[in-house]
Amino acid sequence: MSGFKVDKNLDIRGVVCPYTLVKSKLAVEDVEVGQVVEILLDYPEAVTSIPKAMENYGNKVLKVEKISSTEWKILIRKEVED
Amino acid sequence: MEFTEEQLKRYSRHIILPEVGGKGQKKIFEAKVLIVGAGGLGCPVGYFLAAAGVGTLALVDNDIVELSNLQRQIAHSTKTIGMNKAESAKKTFETLNPDVNVIPVKERVNCRNILDILNGYDIIVDGTDNFPTRYLINDACVMLKKPLVSGAILRFEGQVTTIVPNEGPCYRCLFEEPPPPGLVPSCQEAGVLGVLPGIIGGLQATEVLKLILGKGKPLIGELLIYNALETNFRKVKIPKNPDCNICGKNPKITELKEYTEEYCGI
Repeated sequence: MSGFKVDKNLDIRGVVCPYTLVKSKLAVEDVEVGQVVEILLDYPEAVTSIPKAMENYGNKVLKVEKISSTEWKILIRKEVED
Repeated sequence: MEFTEEQLKRYSRHIILPEVGGKGQKKIFEAKVLIVGAGGLGCPVGYFLAAAGVGTLALVDNDIVELSNLQRQIAHSTKTIGMNKAESAKKTFETLNPDVNVIPVKERVNCRNILDILNGYDIIVDGTDNFPTRYLINDACVMLKKPLVSGAILRFEGQVTTIVPNEGPCYRCLFEEPPPPGLVPSCQEAGVLGVLPGIIGGLQATEVLKLILGKGKPLIGELLIYNALETNFRKVKIPKNPDCNICGKNPKITELKEYTEEYCGI
């Protein structure tokens, strides 16, 4: 996605809640503060729940984009140490 | 280490907690916790720590499971009557979570073996039912500078405190010496509500996890007292005694000694 350098990619297509969040959380733990994780997913409920959870953790949701009829990309910038 | 898919599922509710996360869960895996007593308190403490994924869990007990234990000692069962309690609890905990290495120590701690038994563990849990052992564990943990999560129960009342040597007071700062034999009745004489150790043991397990994670405020310098009949929790501050015989500036106790067996009659 334009404008943001992605430091880590996470493909969780086929994964359902709550493991969408579990895997997203672990991916964000793996990067440094200021780095960006791009999450590719196809579980509709997670498109709203992951950004909300990430904001609750104190991270920044840079973008939520529908890229096909069944897939989305979410960009998260890590803002706080774990 | 990487989580397996099974572990991601098993620990998912931990991993999504900001205070735990994958990093905290790994700390839990790496932790080595020793529980003295696989009875009323040791059962729920061990049960929850096994569920949480504490990697190494030692249980010290040389008693056997009896029918009269089963009203409160939830890791044992009718099928394990006659079995050593540490072995019985090991079976239960490993069935709950095969990730956990449960080490049964079929001994009764005494002044000669306790330092060796505690050696190698990060956190000690006191789930014993008598004062001599309680003081012995306290003294050994102060000497070894190991954190100790202490719990006690009787009738409808229980108490919990967390002792971190050099950071806060120890059990002897609170009560200098064990009470004389016979002064405090035992559960055997006075009874105990079966669920009470579940609550106190649950609090102890919580304290252990907080110490492992380095999160929250452990009960250091405080005694938490729960009364089940009144449904109230009270916190009592415990000041550190600068003249404490074991953790004070000039400790008088420099080696462990055996308390008389009469104390164990309580």
